[in-house]
Amino acid sequence: MAEGPTQGGVDQVPPAAAAAGGRSVLAKREVPQEAPPRPPIVPPRRQHALGYNPRLALFFLLPALVLLGALMLYPIWYTIGRSLFDRAGDSFVGIDNYRRMFELDATRRAIRNNAIWVVSAPTLATGIGLVFAVLAERVRWQTAFKVAVFMPMAISLLAAGVIFRLVYEQDPDRGLANAVATSVVDAVRPPGELAGGRPSQPESVRSTGGGYETRRAFRPGSSVPIGLVAIPPDEIPSDAVRARSPARGGPGTLTGTVWVDFTRGGGGTPGVVDPTEQGLPGVKVEAIRAGDVAGSATTDPDGTFAVSGLDRSDSYRIALPSSNFREPYGGVTWLGPTLVTPSIIAAFLWVWIGFAMIVIGAGLAAIPREVLEAARTDGANEWQVFRRVTAPLLRPVLLVVLVTLVINVLKIFDLVFVIAPPSSQRDANVVALEMWRVSFGGARDQGLGSALSVLLFVLVVPAMIYNIRRLRADRA
Amino acid sequence: MSAATATASTAPIPPRESWAQRMTRAVSRGPLHLVLIVIALVWLLPTVGLLVASLRPPSESAQTGWWKALTDTSQLTFENYRQILDDPLITQAFWNTVLITVPATLGVVVIGALAAYAFAWIDFRGRDWLFVGVVALLVVPIQVALIPVAKLYGTLGIFGDISGVVLFHVAFGLPFAVFLLRNFFAQIPRELLEAARIDGASELKVFRTVILPIGLPALASLAIFQFLWVWNDLLVALVFADTSNAPLTVAIRSQMRQFGTNFDIIGPAAFLSMLVPLAVFFAFQRYFVQGILAGSER
Repeated sequence: MAEGPTQGGVDQVPPAAAAAGGRSVLAKREVPQEAPPRPPIVPPRRQHALGYNPRLALFFLLPALVLLGALMLYPIWYTIGRSLFDRAGDSFVGIDNYRRMFELDATRRAIRNNAIWVVSAPTLATGIGLVFAVLAERVRWQTAFKVAVFMPMAISLLAAGVIFRLVYEQDPDRGLANAVATSVVDAVRPPGELAGGRPSQPESVRSTGGGYETRRAFRPGSSVPIGLVAIPPDEIPSDAVRARSPARGGPGTLTGTVWVDFTRGGGGTPGVVDPTEQGLPGVKVEAIRAGDVAGSATTDPDGTFAVSGLDRSDSYRIALPSSNFREPYGGVTWLGPTLVTPSIIAAFLWVWIGFAMIVIGAGLAAIPREVLEAARTDGANEWQVFRRVTAPLLRPVLLVVLVTLVINVLKIFDLVFVIAPPSSQRDANVVALEMWRVSFGGARDQGLGSALSVLLFVLVVPAMIYNIRRLRADRA
Repeated sequence: MSAATATASTAPIPPRESWAQRMTRAVSRGPLHLVLIVIALVWLLPTVGLLVASLRPPSESAQTGWWKALTDTSQLTFENYRQILDDPLITQAFWNTVLITVPATLGVVVIGALAAYAFAWIDFRGRDWLFVGVVALLVVPIQVALIPVAKLYGTLGIFGDISGVVLFHVAFGLPFAVFLLRNFFAQIPRELLEAARIDGASELKVFRTVILPIGLPALASLAIFQFLWVWNDLLVALVFADTSNAPLTVAIRSQMRQFGTNFDIIGPAAFLSMLVPLAVFFAFQRYFVQGILAGSER
């Protein structure tokens, strides 16, 4: 993608940029690659002008200067002044709007969120973009990879927002993020067979924080019925058969049944295994003595279980541990109050990592092969080459990417506006969004709106100075 | 595998070692390929999701995820698209987007090129300072101009009009345009310009016959960049365009409040709004990337 500007002689590159290998991407900002066809020996000159002709210059410059003056310079001036007046612009209030900006809940939250954005998003995008660029360079199909990652840069942030609203849908049956999250979590920690179930006889079975336990203790040889209700028919495992009362166990064995204690159509007796009632297979059953698990078993398709190896002289409570009742994982509330900003930042990364990757990739391509080869010949391993040679040479490029992203993140508006649902717009608020909201979206407090714009403007001033410095350095 | 072995063994210059090396490398790089494939899929999946979801009837979308349509392709239908293409709200918005984007792109290219020529090739007092001023404006956030320009447009009577949106986009596109083009024009050899002058060409003619043709690649980069910038804009149009002049982005955004129930409009309209930028992106990728490289930091 990037022809190295280091191929000597060709003077498409201004000398300032060609001088240092690491600066070569900056050279690209000087000259788009399609350099004009021209004799190769003409050196670039500092003095370009054909002649002193202010009138002619004015003729060429006039439309641009009028537009810049009327729609950029004058507005900046006006906004600074406007920020010192009240909401309608009638009376002078001094720095009151700025004070309110740091006092009101909504604006404070917006400023805090912007700080989170500025600290996290640019560094993450630059870091991941760097990793992608380095990895992509090592495969032949790097162009295809880069196109895939870069593509979101072409579409609108509104479209990206719609795309991610869809990804973040709460219902795991509809939102991709939660579909993935729930299937991973449910695979690692399967939901219980009996989610939602509860004992049919609370007087003899008590709740133990998620699971259940008999109130009484039983001696081995007894048979313990544990009826459950509130299990929807379609949740009953398909291998379940009609429930049965087990034979009493031998010495050292406790038996019993776990079943759906509910006769469809009515007629059954609670606590009794009635003829049409179904057993619950696969339920984990534990025998508890003095709080410790002394033995365990799993129920058969007819709901019967037998815990053996118990001490015949002791008595045990029968427990159904909480894992039986674990609800399936409902997914993450991506767009709820706590996660909404990180979720939108992830969408931002999806859009902007491609940018970081492309610019850094161009910087990588401009590093002379010989330098890397020399390091390798000297016995450096790949990590050392990256750490000691590539990274230092890339520093200027990384800085450009980082500064660009910071400027973009400061003004972030569309993604937050589109992705955050109405209920969490306040939690996701950022300065640019709050500026629009107070100025145009109802409140009509243009004094506060102007103060917020001035805040954004002041924050980009360092970037402005950096740009001017670089311009002067390039031209010197 | 066996075919590869056969090829290797019958090759005229026995590349036995290099073949073995290549195999080792391919195997050792297997994980790398896998990682990159997974990343690429993760990047493509959300967009594919929007496309597939936009092709499903609302009754299906309300209940199941778009991926269900991958196994049951009978769900896919163009009905949603037919509906929004019949919806005057959406077609008008699409048309508005075009009416805003085309003049805003042409305007910035023409006005930017004129100014860039002056900065590159005509001497006048304060030229360098003025150029520094333009570069300083590169990073000005548009928020700082919204309130005063809205007031100004109110006075001029163009608030809500397409012309106001266009002018705003041209103004905020100019610093980048002047910056990019001046640097390119300044590289054009002086001899070409002098030759045209000696032949008696006027400044405008020099500009038209020498600068513009040679500067075409830079102009193309700029045009594509500006086109995508304006096409994809939401905020400027949200502030300055009234409902009848609203572009697609604003029209879609106004449906977002009921995201779930309006998805049969939002989904296809959002994808429709992506088609043009994607086409431009794929057709002119090289120029776009150059614009990006030159325009970091906007």
